[in-house]
Amino acid sequence: MERRITLPLTEELAKTLKAGDSVLVTGTIYTSRDAGHKRMCEALARGEELPIDPKDATIYYVGPTPAKPGQVIGSAGPTTSGRMDAYAPTMMSVGARGMIGKGARLPEVVDAMKKYSGVYFGAIGGAGALLAKCIKKAELIAYEDLGAEALRKLYVEDMPLVVIIDSEGNNLYESGRAAYLAQK
Amino acid sequence: MREINVSQITDVVERLCIEANTHLPSDVKCAIKDCRACEDWDIAKGVLDNIITNFEIADSENVPICQDTGMACVFLEIGQDVHLVGGNLAEAVDEGVRRGYTNGYLRKSVVGDPVRRGNTGDNTPAMLYTEIVPGEEIKVTVGPKGFGSENMSQIRMFKPSAGLQGIKDFILEVVETAGPNPCPPMVIGVGIGGTFDKSALLAKKALMRPIDSENPDPFYADLEKEMLEKVNELGIGPQGFGGKTTAIGLNIETLPTHIAGMPCAVNINCHVTRHKSEVI
Repeated sequence: MERRITLPLTEELAKTLKAGDSVLVTGTIYTSRDAGHKRMCEALARGEELPIDPKDATIYYVGPTPAKPGQVIGSAGPTTSGRMDAYAPTMMSVGARGMIGKGARLPEVVDAMKKYSGVYFGAIGGAGALLAKCIKKAELIAYEDLGAEALRKLYVEDMPLVVIIDSEGNNLYESGRAAYLAQK
Repeated sequence: MREINVSQITDVVERLCIEANTHLPSDVKCAIKDCRACEDWDIAKGVLDNIITNFEIADSENVPICQDTGMACVFLEIGQDVHLVGGNLAEAVDEGVRRGYTNGYLRKSVVGDPVRRGNTGDNTPAMLYTEIVPGEEIKVTVGPKGFGSENMSQIRMFKPSAGLQGIKDFILEVVETAGPNPCPPMVIGVGIGGTFDKSALLAKKALMRPIDSENPDPFYADLEKEMLEKVNELGIGPQGFGGKTTAIGLNIETLPTHIAGMPCAVNINCHVTRHKSEVI
């Protein structure tokens, strides 16, 4: 059963999401990956404002392919989230609550998620052509020199995601596999 | 002696970069569909359905299957009776990559220095592998390699006393460690023997072999089947959400090795295992 949710990801909404939930997400999200996170965290360390409003924001770990003429965006599936683990707690500390990616997270990130009511969503890795269909608007907002890693503001409609880790720290990577193996 | 102008290689590399990134090989598509038919876990079925829809969209709309259009691994099997003319071979291959990744709207994912970073802007250089073979043809294979899975690959120098069991345990350990990170279902390339570097190359070459083929040596063909079954008993499942389909293929390549050693490399690939060849 898929549940439709609309962003921003308020604390109230975040707390209703549980690991293993399949959701269709509509609303504004931001893209950032390795180099963009590094710059944002360096900006915060210098006491500067971020180029995005982090409050209740959801960040999609993605570096899309260039848009062909007539396309909103190129293929846009998730990248491995673990490389953003060094930055995710800082981003959550200034209000960013949602993360979209794929792959395992460190305990420090899960601790920050419990503290700030964060939610880690999984998009299907390798399904870049399919996921691009849900992206209705894309606007470059900062760090243009980073190319695929630049910060973009996206508007998505019914983006198919799965809650991998919820705000209580429950983890589908552990529970899903255990449940499968238990019934075998 | 046959003369081949390197500009022909540029043209072929350009075309193969684009085609490999937009059209998944039929062996991989079939393996994914077969695994979907055998999958018995609900969330896994849903993931596999979306993976199938994804490569169908890429096919029909000529868009990249995955946004990580990879480092361009280019394999050239050059006939020893070929004389290359018209310029530098490596530059010709890089020019093909440059054109393919630019004209094909593919992502430029290469940094010019591993430590100091800095995107080269055109996905060059290619990772170029050349081999001299009999004949007067050139076989060009382009296998774009994504790094979500490349990062989960490992190599180990075993003592010969570790034996076959050591190899089997290592393959499972690498897959277990990779877990959900390399976008399972995976394709697993295993290289055994040779030297430190050659075992890694064998593992990469194993990923270029169609997954509906088998090692010509029945001993290794059986090991491929056995290890694929064992990997699929781990329960990691598509995307790591649990399920039967953790891997859709496992190929093993081997070489003779030294009396003192037994190198083993495991190169992990995702379900977007891309390779496309053409003979000049």
